[in-house]
Amino acid sequence: MKPSEPADAPLLQARGLAFSRNEEPVFGPLDFELRPGEALLVLGGNGAGKTTLLRVLAGLLDASGGEVRLQGRPVDRDHLARGSAYLGHLPGHKGELGTLENLQFAQAINGGAPADLEQALAEVGLAGYEDTPARRLSAGQNKRLGLARLRLQSAPLWLLDEPYANLDLDGIVLVNRLIQEQVARGGAVLLTTHGAYAAPPVPVRTLALGPSRRPA
Amino acid sequence: MSAPSLLAAAKAQARRDLRLVWRRRGDAAQPLLFALMVVALFPLALGSDPQQLAKIAPGVLWVAVLLAGLLTLDSLYRGDLEDGSLEQMLLAPVPLAWLLAVRVAVHWATTALPLVLVAPLLAEFLFLPGELLPVLMVSLALGTPLLSLLGAVVAALTVGIRRSGMLLALLALPLFLPVLVFGAGSVMAAAQGLPWAGALLLLAAGLVLALVLAPLAAAAAIRIALT
Repeated sequence: MKPSEPADAPLLQARGLAFSRNEEPVFGPLDFELRPGEALLVLGGNGAGKTTLLRVLAGLLDASGGEVRLQGRPVDRDHLARGSAYLGHLPGHKGELGTLENLQFAQAINGGAPADLEQALAEVGLAGYEDTPARRLSAGQNKRLGLARLRLQSAPLWLLDEPYANLDLDGIVLVNRLIQEQVARGGAVLLTTHGAYAAPPVPVRTLALGPSRRPA
Repeated sequence: MSAPSLLAAAKAQARRDLRLVWRRRGDAAQPLLFALMVVALFPLALGSDPQQLAKIAPGVLWVAVLLAGLLTLDSLYRGDLEDGSLEQMLLAPVPLAWLLAVRVAVHWATTALPLVLVAPLLAEFLFLPGELLPVLMVSLALGTPLLSLLGAVVAALTVGIRRSGMLLALLALPLFLPVLVFGAGSVMAAAQGLPWAGALLLLAAGLVLALVLAPLAAAAAIRIALT
């Protein structure tokens, strides 16, 4: 970030952000902003467009209207993709490879500070699973591997799609702790959930997406 | 965010892909077995008249290699799409085209290169005259990477479609045709004592062009397909 920019500039700012698929609106237009050190909880039922919103913000989809600013600058899809770390419904790693091998690959293509990968695995509760192929892990353990990958990326913005899904109580505490750390180092987190049953212990804004307007 | 060096990313991608091929080495042998089967069937079907076989050998070898390559295309991105790895590659700070270029290089080295290496054996099955072997080898060495690169673009275009195998073949074959014509044609020309270097030079020119453009086109196609 350039020193001339005000310290409290929103990390992420959306104005009139909307997405339609085949002329049918999925969400929006939405206005929201997210400052460093904040978490934004996106609420909404099934089909409300939470995942779509996250995929637009991650740069995986093109918005059909509106503008997104990252650190005060209007950005396109490619910039979004580089400025954020995304944890979606898919595991994002190979089932045939061991957990450590998967992390090594993610670390190499994402850059970020050099880190002790075994330590990173231990921190998400996967100590002792270093050589286990990811396909032998449970759904919750796969999520934990995704969290380890996320933690290693130094992206200022985290986009978490249903991070609490499949996790046990311990895992929910883990997600909350990781969010807390990210927020403490001046990052921001945008997460979706269909029920605010496990809100992270940090300043949280909420954004409610309406029910789907698509005809049944 | 500190971007990783391109070289480190390429190494990691190559290591990952080679490991994956090794873990599924049964699948990796498929194109080789397929080409071996096709080539072995021709002498059985046509009788063992060496002269007749030698005449069709360049064409048969090239078609076998081309179809074997086509078989492997569908799996090029399928796994990465289904487990979300493709998304993560798209989101990485390294250009997607660069990662795809490495991906295609490994794909070529593990599916097509073994075929090129056993080509002398396959040629022997079909009584290809020994003096034509160097031309065949050069044409395959130039042609198979070109097929892999062209195939990578077509596979990227159809990655969003389930069960895209047939569509993939339909889209890829017209692009593969010139490669087949010049590849097999160079060996045919050499067999008839005609100048054959021109066809090989055209293949080489096509390869250079594809090396630069195909990864970019594949990356653009994947961006569209994921939408």
